Amino acid sequence: MENKIHIVEIKNLYKSYRRGDQIIQVLKNISIDINKGEFLALMGPSGSGKTTLLNLIAGIDRADSGIIKVGGIDIISLSEIELAYWRATNVGFIFQLYNLIPVLTAFENVELPLLLTELSRKERREHVEMALRVVNLLGRMNHYTGQLSGGEQQRVAIARAIIPDPTILVADEPTGDLDRVSAEEILELMERLVHELGKTIIMVTHDPRAAKMAHIIRHLDKGVLNEHPQAHL
Amino acid sequence: MNILKLISKNILRHKLRTCLTILGISVAILSFGMLRTVISAWYAGVEASSAGRLVTRNAISMIFPLPVSYKDKIRQIEGIKSVSYGNWFGGIYIDEKHFFPNFAIEPKSYLELYPEYILTADQKAAFLRDRKSAVAGRKLAEKYGWKIGDTITLKGTISPGQWEFVLRGIYTAAREGAHENFFFHWDYLNESLKKTAPGRADQVGFYMIGITNPNLAAGVSAAIDITFKNSIAETLTETEKAFHLSFISMAEAILIATQLVSLIVIVIIMAVMANTMAMTARERIGEYAIFKTLGFGGWYIAGLIFGESLLITTIGCAIGIALTFPAAKAFGGALSTYFPVFEVKTETIYMDIAASILVGLVAAVFPTWRAIKIRIADGLRRIG
Repeated sequence: MENKIHIVEIKNLYKSYRRGDQIIQVLKNISIDINKGEFLALMGPSGSGKTTLLNLIAGIDRADSGIIKVGGIDIISLSEIELAYWRATNVGFIFQLYNLIPVLTAFENVELPLLLTELSRKERREHVEMALRVVNLLGRMNHYTGQLSGGEQQRVAIARAIIPDPTILVADEPTGDLDRVSAEEILELMERLVHELGKTIIMVTHDPRAAKMAHIIRHLDKGVLNEHPQAHL
Repeated sequence: MNILKLISKNILRHKLRTCLTILGISVAILSFGMLRTVISAWYAGVEASSAGRLVTRNAISMIFPLPVSYKDKIRQIEGIKSVSYGNWFGGIYIDEKHFFPNFAIEPKSYLELYPEYILTADQKAAFLRDRKSAVAGRKLAEKYGWKIGDTITLKGTISPGQWEFVLRGIYTAAREGAHENFFFHWDYLNESLKKTAPGRADQVGFYMIGITNPNLAAGVSAAIDITFKNSIAETLTETEKAFHLSFISMAEAILIATQLVSLIVIVIIMAVMANTMAMTARERIGEYAIFKTLGFGGWYIAGLIFGESLLITTIGCAIGIALTFPAAKAFGGALSTYFPVFEVKTETIYMDIAASILVGLVAAVFPTWRAIKIRIADGLRRIG
């Protein structure tokens, strides 16, 4: 029953960008529901609007019109400050280039989202160690990002993403910058997050092998979502 | 981890750039502090002025003398306690490089008017007794190794000739900056002038007047000047402070230029710092987008940029201030005869601190505005 709860509800979503005098319609009338605990892969050619849709779901970009509800909250109606707070507590981000802060250690990078909480230093340490244990990097917590391999950096990024216990995890080409072995490790880790921790993951990818790990694959082309989801359940 | 740790880590990202920026700020603060100290040194005489003393000089110009006979008339004016007089002698010791102020004074009344010049009773008595004697300030005596009883020869510039004096006293002064003067008997000068240049005899350059009540200064000054109205040498009487200020006003253009240069130094370093912070913020625009993505608000990003800017300027300022004291000591020592008081004032330190805070704040404004305004999606695209 739990899997039937719509954690993300999108209705009639439009998004355009202005480039000079031109207005480019990136997303056209997108409607999609994503269930709790689902692992969804968004696929499509470059410029199809995958990352834009992901950014809109994650609240880091604004739609022209439509409805986006995440965990029952209409995020389009939130102010910038409310949206920032919402992101901090509800969304975990995994990027292609990891997007870690280079002057911070793995521990400090993972700790970052917790600086916005009321947790004490001791509590933060416990949480960080737990997150690093999940991604199997506890032994390298004092290493700087430059001292870690690409796969290890992505695992730090995943630890940072899961540490606030977010409603959804969004991943933009999480294996795009990794070798095959590291990519498989990351995908297995993401699958574990879904199966063992019940996380909902929305992943943008070009990689069919990565998409195969998802429960459902949706294709975007020229801003239009394919009507027929491809299920791997 | 907290924001301060992150700021300190950010500062150390480009060590060479940070070090050069700090060096630039230190040099700017040092220059600013030294220039402000030069300005303060000009005003040292004004600050040391007594409210209970007036100076009477020729109304036309300081270079014109007044008859010594005015002394008795001045003394009769109500509100006056004592009258002394003197001449700027302008003698040279050894050669032009060895400059120090030297005056011919009426010693008894002058020393009474200036209790801040402290002589032992023996030395004072010896000085008053001997017309060819002189007294010198402690620093001056130390500089040339003079001892009591030494004969000191000055070459007269206004009154030509070799003038020999026997040093009868070395005074200490109650305030810094008064240790560089050399005083001798006006009578000695006058007697010589009677023989060599009678037309210039019995004339004084200035009268120093002690008044019974500082509140009477304006009235007494007016009374003195009215007394000599329409005389052969009209007078201009003013407080000692105003007299010193009139000297300074002669160099007003230099002082304004010095003040202007000190401000330009701050503007230049502001531009350097702004450039550093702009480069820094531009390089990290992707990271600021990450912070925003994670839910950190504009205040946190502003805190990071302003914090870094202020920390750099604070370190630079601290080093600059620390260097200002030995630099001022060395400068003051080398030019002690021109700037007897060359001390870094507390106000100068406050101005250093205010200037560095201002530089830190101004330099961070534009990068902060840019970092806050950029859309997250655009910022993230800058990574990689």
